[in-house]
Amino acid sequence: MDKTKHYRWLIALWLLMTSSMAGADWWDVNLREGVTAISRDVYDLHMTIFWVCVVIGVIVYGVMFVSMVLHRKSRGVQPATFHENTHLEIIWTVIPVLILIAIAWPATTTLRDMYDSGDSTLDIKVTGYQWKWQYTYVNDDPAKEVEFMSNMLTPPDEIENRAAKREYYLLDVDNPLVIPTDTRVRFLITSEDVIHSWWVPDFAIKKDAIPGFVHTAWTIVEEPGMYRGQCAELCGRDHAFMPVVVRAVPPDEYETWLAEQQAEARQEYETMEKEWTREELMAKGEEVYTQSCANCHKANGEGIPPAFPPLTGGELTTGPIEGHADIVLNGKSGTAMQAFGNQLSAAELAAVITYERNALGNSVGDMIQPKKVNEMLSRAE
Amino acid sequence: MSAVIEEYHHDHQHGPDKGILRWVLTTNHKDIGTLYLWFSFLMFLLGGSLAFVIRAELFQPGLQIVDPGFFNQMTTMHGLIMVFGAVMPAMVGLANWLVPMMIGAPDMALPRMNNFSFWILPFAFSMLVSTLFMEGGGPNFGWTFYVPLSTTYGPPSTTFFIFAIHLMGVSSIMGAINIIATILNMRAPGMTLMKMPLFVWTWLITAYLLIAVMPVLAGAVTMMLMDIHFGTAFFDAAGGGDPVLFQHIFWFFGHPEVYIMILPAFGVVSQIIPTFARKQLFGYDSMVYATASIAFLSFIVWAHHMFTVGMPIAGELYFMYATMLIAVPTGVKVFNWLATMWQGAMTFETPMLFAIAFVILFTIGGFSGLMVALVPADFQYHDSYFVVAHFHYVLVPGSVFSIMAAAYYWLPKWTGNMYDETLGKLHFWLSFIGVNVAFFPQHFVGLAGMPRRIPDYALQFADYNMISTVGAFLFGFSQLLFLFIVIKCIRGGEKASDRVWEGAHGLEWTIPSPAPYHSFNTPPRDLSDAHS
Repeated sequence: MDKTKHYRWLIALWLLMTSSMAGADWWDVNLREGVTAISRDVYDLHMTIFWVCVVIGVIVYGVMFVSMVLHRKSRGVQPATFHENTHLEIIWTVIPVLILIAIAWPATTTLRDMYDSGDSTLDIKVTGYQWKWQYTYVNDDPAKEVEFMSNMLTPPDEIENRAAKREYYLLDVDNPLVIPTDTRVRFLITSEDVIHSWWVPDFAIKKDAIPGFVHTAWTIVEEPGMYRGQCAELCGRDHAFMPVVVRAVPPDEYETWLAEQQAEARQEYETMEKEWTREELMAKGEEVYTQSCANCHKANGEGIPPAFPPLTGGELTTGPIEGHADIVLNGKSGTAMQAFGNQLSAAELAAVITYERNALGNSVGDMIQPKKVNEMLSRAE
Repeated sequence: MSAVIEEYHHDHQHGPDKGILRWVLTTNHKDIGTLYLWFSFLMFLLGGSLAFVIRAELFQPGLQIVDPGFFNQMTTMHGLIMVFGAVMPAMVGLANWLVPMMIGAPDMALPRMNNFSFWILPFAFSMLVSTLFMEGGGPNFGWTFYVPLSTTYGPPSTTFFIFAIHLMGVSSIMGAINIIATILNMRAPGMTLMKMPLFVWTWLITAYLLIAVMPVLAGAVTMMLMDIHFGTAFFDAAGGGDPVLFQHIFWFFGHPEVYIMILPAFGVVSQIIPTFARKQLFGYDSMVYATASIAFLSFIVWAHHMFTVGMPIAGELYFMYATMLIAVPTGVKVFNWLATMWQGAMTFETPMLFAIAFVILFTIGGFSGLMVALVPADFQYHDSYFVVAHFHYVLVPGSVFSIMAAAYYWLPKWTGNMYDETLGKLHFWLSFIGVNVAFFPQHFVGLAGMPRRIPDYALQFADYNMISTVGAFLFGFSQLLFLFIVIKCIRGGEKASDRVWEGAHGLEWTIPSPAPYHSFNTPPRDLSDAHS
């Protein structure tokens, strides 16, 4: 009587669990099939191995539960005395080997397809920084090379629960990577500081971005859309806050977009040539500071000592401007200070250096022009 | 002269010293085993409290409780403390208590070194934990401490972390030497290697793994130390070094390390299941060979932790095939346990419940292990919560459950008293439910794309994270019940017989309960009952 009550409870629990599972969206609990031939192969491999495990599990656990029900002392059974059986042991060694070979086959062919990179129509360099991605559309003509940073768009208010979290919380960026559909795109993945990992689940691509290495991955996306992922390798404080967002568009739309970007890049180049006023530099500088510096050095310049020194009244920020610019451009080895020379444009660099010297409680009074910064940059190269 | 020697013999104490010095100066394997076990339980609670911080932060999306930098310190310390402070010392504690009794020896072969290898640990862990209070915080780069995050970008306390790792390594190596020396030299006459209890076998093999890989870890952290302080560039790409080399070295240590944590667990379960099935262990020989094969394979599969670092396809394929092979000896073990249960006459006391749960849940971890072995699929699983679910399934209901099974199984022998069976079963069921509620949903969020080691996550992962947190707290608080049961058992209870369990076999059950301070002053002659 007591026993059956137990079973009834178990059945109720099981029903509750399965019904809540049925209510859940399948894609909340399983791998995504994705939008490339490779990602579908990976999904199929995943489901194959999953079902293989389920079948083995049902057999093993089934035998076990039968044994636990039948072979219990309370039923008055006498224990058997066997303790080996060579045939049985050979069988359960050989069968798993055969199953493994059967699984290794599709795994190997899928991997071979992934590594068959061939010629690509478009090369994009993906560079990891703490905590953002930089995308460079590699072009033989440097004037046509498009390059931009991709920062997370979710504001601190949402993260710190002061504002309602919107759709794509933590998965939205200011500048998504734009790629054409039905085109073989190759990614050249590297990092400028620590190890990151560039992961787009819908493409079944996850590749570590490692300083000193350039790794390749490729994809042919079949459907236009926004594809979202995140950095997968622990890369420091804001590891959770460097999403990967890729916008796949039809090739003609991509061409239009690229032309616009190239025109903008040319314009940017021209602004570098002109003489900037202090007001222009300060206004731009504040913008850049908030986006690129305030994370560590804080909005008011107080920093987080000792790792991130204060800028207010700092030795560098109030000393000779060349020394200050050198650190901003080239970073400081052995510390978390990055080299911003290849992350920001010359105008942005000049602006933020000028801003740091004349705001945040500093008032040195001098300024630096984008042209000068550019000279420093080309000297470094 | 001989009179002097006689006198010395008469003065020799045949019981423990009194007071705190008993524990500080002890060279007795049982005392040291007890110290190891209590220390590991303390670390288990400490590592568990850090897990509470992690799970509490992940209860809901958004940052509620801690700063992301501190969160990273929590995940790092949780991993380090659980691996090096909880699971490993608990296994060494079991070896200390049980190996001499199981092989009919009076004590460990190197008792003074035994004392030293334990007493290093409190210092090592005090130093490690103290980093949390240092300027710049404690280690925040994950328990795998990949460079350059742990070198160029690491907090100043990294140096203390390195020294703590060195100390733990020294302790482990000394413990392993002691265990090997004991097993190879001090077995009762007539106990050949193939007559040893399986727990002794698994520990013999584990000890060799420890001696092989702890120096590798020491090498890795020493190179880090040089990179940080002495201007070398072993791992710094800017100086001609190689950050991936660090990962190869780390995982050459790290993969055998995971078997160091699971092989003694296999040993424990292989002792318990035959006892409560009242039937001899099925396939003793194949168990020994399977353990040895797993140990050998553990040295040649390390880069399966690194499928995404950009190895050439030949490397990926080799490490995939080698890893898949591990499923064969592991499967043999599971089938042997199953065949031991089959047609036995089982009863389900607490140790048996934990042992059966071990077989079931470890197998789930084995299945997901097979999945992550497949390179193309691993590109999706890697560094996601799926991996977190995988290794927690093999470590918590794997290693940790086996330690609890062992504690319940041998507590009557250690204390002379039976533990409270009703409370023991309650502890089991709370732990069993807690573990599954905590870790099973992590498979789901991992597959759906949630990366590991993040303090905040996208909204679609919210439900399962909430469930997981509830389970983690249930599991964590149930361990206070375990503490209560153990203390209650030490303080009193129904007196245990020498044999304790109807179906128990092994030399440890031939001596009185509680086991006398020195068990086998003369080697036992009757070995007919040496293993199950």
